[in-house]
Amino acid sequence: MWFEDVEPGTRTELGSHRFEAQDIITFAQIYDPQPFHLSEEGAAATHFGRLCASGWHTAGAWMRLMVEHRRRLAAQAVARGETMARLGPSPGFRNLVWARPVFAGDTIRYSSTVISKRRSGSKPGWGLVFHRNEGINQNGEPAFAFDGCVFWECRDKV
Amino acid sequence: MPFSFEQAQVGDAGTLPGARVSAADIVSFAERYDPQDFHLDPELARETFVGELIASGWHTCALAMRAIADGLLAGSTGLGAPGIEEVQWLRPVRPGDVLSVRYEVLEKKVSRSRPGMGLVRFRFDTINQHGETAMTQTNWIMFGLADVQEPA
Repeated sequence: MWFEDVEPGTRTELGSHRFEAQDIITFAQIYDPQPFHLSEEGAAATHFGRLCASGWHTAGAWMRLMVEHRRRLAAQAVARGETMARLGPSPGFRNLVWARPVFAGDTIRYSSTVISKRRSGSKPGWGLVFHRNEGINQNGEPAFAFDGCVFWECRDKV
Repeated sequence: MPFSFEQAQVGDAGTLPGARVSAADIVSFAERYDPQDFHLDPELARETFVGELIASGWHTCALAMRAIADGLLAGSTGLGAPGIEEVQWLRPVRPGDVLSVRYEVLEKKVSRSRPGMGLVRFRFDTINQHGETAMTQTNWIMFGLADVQEPA
């Protein structure tokens, strides 16, 4: 699936991730040791009220599901006898919103929607695909969203 | 030195020490949160167009968060961030890199919607041992106010 085959408007359900208390604490101990991510007691002293996941943990769970989705796309391409385009590192993201805490025991369902694409000026033979990514909790409430982009290899190198 | 909302001024800046990033660290994060070949394994990475093991951009964000939590937020009234305006992943982070985070206060305001809360807008630059910027980041962080003003 090449850059040329990517269709703006395409929405993909990536799957769900349940945030267990111990995983929240383990992530936070290494990467985000703020009290409300480390214990129920630490969270109770704040407006969060209950142990909640680092926003970077919420983002990491999205990224893992996205990579698994891309591996499935690649396997499908190979099964059809086609080449899967290479995807490159992302130059960054914008407008990340942590709309609501992700509490221990919450399950977040993640999705990704292609918004637009353009050929890259800086990387000949590659394009940039822009996508809107979301995480919804088990109550149907938005918890996480951001605008991402990724370098995607073109069929036409010129 | 814990950050004080009340004492902070636009233009305040400093450098927060970060960690040395090992190949094992890079792989450990990538296995769980970004298992692309160039983050996952030195051998697999060499076979990709990237050509070497590099850290996930999300790992760089997490490492910056650790530096910010330890150096700026520990002991403060920090209450997390409502989101991130922008992150740019400018240069790869490689095994052996030593990162630090330079911060600058861009704006400061009291919340109109939540009594007892203030917000500070920061720019964070994650810099490697060569003085090169690996990542830039801009976001607000929420802080509890020392004196809670009741709404009039």
